[in-house]
Amino acid sequence: MIEAPARREQSMALIVLRRFFKHRLAGIAIGVILILAIASILAGLNQYDPTAQNPTDSFAKPNSAHWFGTDELGRDVLSRILYGGRVSLAVGLLSTFLSIALGVVVGALSGYFGGWMDSVLMRVTDAFLTFPTIFVLIILGAFLREQQLFILQNSVFVVIVIIAALSWMWPARLVRGLFLVLREKEFVTASRALGGGSFRIIVQHILPNCVGPILVSGTLQMASAIITESGLSYLGFGVQPPTPTWGSILSTAQNQVFRAPWLGFFPGFMIFVTVMAINYIGDGLRDAFDPYVIHAE
Amino acid sequence: MKTYALRRILQTIPILFIISILLFLLVRAAPGGPLTAARRNPNISKEQLEAIEEKLGLNDPLPVQYGRWLGDMLKGNMGESIKFRRPVSEMIGERIPNTLLLVGVSFLITLVLAIPIGILSARKPYSVFDYSMTTVTFIGQSIPVYWLGLGLIVIFYVALKNPFTGEPLFPVGGLNTRGKEGELLDTLWHLTLPVAALSLGWIAWYSRFLRSSMLDVLHEDYVRTARAKGLKDNMVYYKHALRNAILPLVTLIALDLPSLFAGALFVETIFSWPGMGRLFWDAAKGRDYPVLLGVVMITAVLIIVCNILADLAYGWLDPQVKYD
Repeated sequence: MIEAPARREQSMALIVLRRFFKHRLAGIAIGVILILAIASILAGLNQYDPTAQNPTDSFAKPNSAHWFGTDELGRDVLSRILYGGRVSLAVGLLSTFLSIALGVVVGALSGYFGGWMDSVLMRVTDAFLTFPTIFVLIILGAFLREQQLFILQNSVFVVIVIIAALSWMWPARLVRGLFLVLREKEFVTASRALGGGSFRIIVQHILPNCVGPILVSGTLQMASAIITESGLSYLGFGVQPPTPTWGSILSTAQNQVFRAPWLGFFPGFMIFVTVMAINYIGDGLRDAFDPYVIHAE
Repeated sequence: MKTYALRRILQTIPILFIISILLFLLVRAAPGGPLTAARRNPNISKEQLEAIEEKLGLNDPLPVQYGRWLGDMLKGNMGESIKFRRPVSEMIGERIPNTLLLVGVSFLITLVLAIPIGILSARKPYSVFDYSMTTVTFIGQSIPVYWLGLGLIVIFYVALKNPFTGEPLFPVGGLNTRGKEGELLDTLWHLTLPVAALSLGWIAWYSRFLRSSMLDVLHEDYVRTARAKGLKDNMVYYKHALRNAILPLVTLIALDLPSLFAGALFVETIFSWPGMGRLFWDAAKGRDYPVLLGVVMITAVLIIVCNILADLAYGWLDPQVKYD
C-alpha cells in the first residue's frame, strides 16, 4: 500500500495570512492603519483640548508646540485631527459592517432562492443604484438631524446609517453572483440530500466560500465610506460641529485659504493616507484569497 | 434592436416612479421646512404664515401634494423655487449645459489618457512604466476630489502668479472673467482646474481597470492565433484585444455614473462652477425643496438615459449580445 506523503495540515486562515503578508505594501498599510487607530484612541493623552480656543495664538504655522499649527480660533490642529480620526475611522468601519450585513442578506436570498424573490430584490437594488447617492445623502442628512429623537440628533450615528443605507447594493450584487454559481455545486446537492435545510446550506456551506470576495469588497466600501463621510462633513451636511472630523476641518481650512494656505494640508492628507492604506490592504487580500495567484514558496 | 431599445426604455419607468415617490416623501416630510426663516421673523403674524402655507399647498395631504407635483413634472413644470420665486425648470435649464460641459470635457480627457495608459501597462506588465503607473493610479484613486481641488486652488491661484500681470495663474470661480462672457477661450481657461480635479481619479480608476481587463484578454486563444498568423503587435493590441477588453469598461462606466455626478457636485461647489451641483448645494443650505427635488430627478433621469446608451453601445461593440 502506498501512503500519501505526510503533509502538515494548515488552516485556511493561516495560509491566507501568510500570503497576505507576502504583499509587502499591504503589510505596511496594516501598520499605518494600526498606528492611526491607536493614535486616535489615545488622542486624550494629547496636552491640547481640540475645542479649546486661544485667539491670541491663531493661524500659528506648524511649530514645536503645535506640530500641525493652529486654526483661525487658535485651536491645536493636531489634536483636532486625532479626535477627527476617531470619527472618520469609526464611521468607515461601522457603516461598512452595516452595509455588508444588509448586502449579504439581500444577495444571499436573491441568489439562493431566485424566482420572484430575486426579481423583486434586484429591481429595488437597481433603483437604489440609480440614485444619485450624494444628493440623497445630503437631503437625508439635513432631514434626519432635525428630528426630535435624541438618537437621530447624534450626527455620527445618522451619518453611519445613511451611508450604509445607500451602499449595500454593491455587496448585494456581488454575493448574489457568488450564490448563483455556488448553489449549483456538488457540496450543496450533497447537503440537501442529507436533509440540510435552506438556512443551514446558506449559512454553513455557501457563505464561508464567499468570505474572500466579501472582505475584498469590504475594503473598497470602507475606503469609499471614509471619503463620503469626509465629503459630507466638508459640504456641511455630515457630522456637525463641535465634533471635529477630517472633512469639517478641511472645510474650515478652505475658508482660510488666503490667510493660511497650509491649514488644508493635514486633514486632507490624513484622509488620503487612510484611504490609500485601505486600498492597499484590499489589494493584498485579493492576492491572498485568489487561488490562481501562485506565490514562490 | 429597435424593440430592445423600446423595452429598455419602458423598464426604466417603474424605477423612475419608485425614485420619485421616495424622494418626494423624503423631502416633503423633512421638518424645518421652507418657512423656517419666516417663522422666526417676529414681523410676520400667525395669520400671514397660515396664508402662505395655504397658498403653497403645504397643508394638503401628502398624496395630493405628490399627485400635483408629479402631474406638473410630466408637463415639464417643476414648480417654483421658494427662495428665488423662479420656475425650477428654468433655473436647472440654465445650469445643465455648464454641468454637461464640465463632466463631458473631464470624461473625454479621462478616456484619452486612461486608455493608452491601460494598454501600455498591459503590454509590458511589471515593467518600470507599469509599476510607476500602478503607484500613480493608487494615489489618484485615493485622493479625495475636494482635497485635490483645494490643493489646486492653493497652488495655481494663491501661490503661483502670472509673471507678466501679477494675476493668479488660473482663475477660480465662475464660467468667465467679467466682461468676457461667452468667449470660448476664456471659458476653457476657467475650466482647466475643475477638469483637472475631476478627471484625475477617473483616469486612475479606468486605466487600472483596463490594464487588468487587457491582461485577461491577452491570454485568450484568439490573441495567440492572431499573433501566430504574423499580425503586427499594434494590430493585435489595438484591433483584436482592445475591442474585447473595453467591453467590461462600458458596463463599469454606466454603473459609475452616479459617482461621476457626485464628483461634479464637489468640484462645482469648490470652484463655484455654476452647474447643477452648485445649485443643489445652495438649495440644500436654504432648504429650497422644489429645487432639491428637481435637481435629483433630473440627475436620476440623466443617469438612466446614460445607462440605456451604455447598454446600446455594449450591443454595438459586442455582436454576441442578442436582443430578444
